[in-house]
Amino acid sequence: MLYSAFYFLSFVAIFCAVMMILSKNSVHSILYLILTFFCIAGHYLLLNAQFLAIVHLIVYAGAIMVLFLFVIMMLNLNQTTESKKSYVLPFAGIVSGGSLMLVLIAAIKRSDVLIQKNLADESMGMIKTLGKVLFTEYALPFELASILFLIAMVGSVILSKKDPLVVPETI
Amino acid sequence: MNSIFQYIPIEHYIVFSVVLFCIGVLGVLTRRNAIILFMSVELMLNSVNLLLVAFSAFHGNAAGQIMVFFIMAVAAAEVAIGLAIIVMIYRNLKTIDISVLNKLNH
Repeated sequence: MLYSAFYFLSFVAIFCAVMMILSKNSVHSILYLILTFFCIAGHYLLLNAQFLAIVHLIVYAGAIMVLFLFVIMMLNLNQTTESKKSYVLPFAGIVSGGSLMLVLIAAIKRSDVLIQKNLADESMGMIKTLGKVLFTEYALPFELASILFLIAMVGSVILSKKDPLVVPETI
Repeated sequence: MNSIFQYIPIEHYIVFSVVLFCIGVLGVLTRRNAIILFMSVELMLNSVNLLLVAFSAFHGNAAGQIMVFFIMAVAAAEVAIGLAIIVMIYRNLKTIDISVLNKLNH
């Protein structure tokens, strides 16, 4: 059961990722990426990381991909024709990306077998355990993340303002 | 003890993450649309997240899942800034094709 669930989720995720790269329509690309994210959330559930599965769905499928869709709709980029100046660069990209994958997989095949030292307890992915670790051991990075969000918020507002030097005319 | 690693070896998770990561790399290298580029970067981040969760479950260490939490936070901030930059590029150039962004070459 778990075996077939793993392979089903993996194949759907890889298929949707490939379709995300290949599809010409930007909206279709985003929908395929959302499907990939759902499959990854399923993998998190299989790995007993329930809290991360829910957070992943809320943050990625709920917030980030909606932001992408919103930008596509706002700029009206449904059918954009990509410049077809040269075929050399995409070909070089495919060759280098494929060789990266080959090298990584070959390195994994040649490596030693990993041995599980201490077995994971069932409750590790629950919010109680993770919260205890997050607010004791990783309290400082957690607070720093809030400063990062503040900077990102201010930065995106400043970037998307029209032109700061021009005085806005009365509407 | 009903762990997933009794059925699936950890190597399968590593290979799956590598394949997803390389699909993201291929997307960054071959596509010219700035939004698809950003989505490929998101895919790469997610493959690393999946590998971190797999190793965290494998070794019974909660630190990996906390790290995934922080990576999600950084990715959300990055997407907000990146989409603002894309909107600004579109406003100035009326396109989001990254092949027109070569002014520093000349």
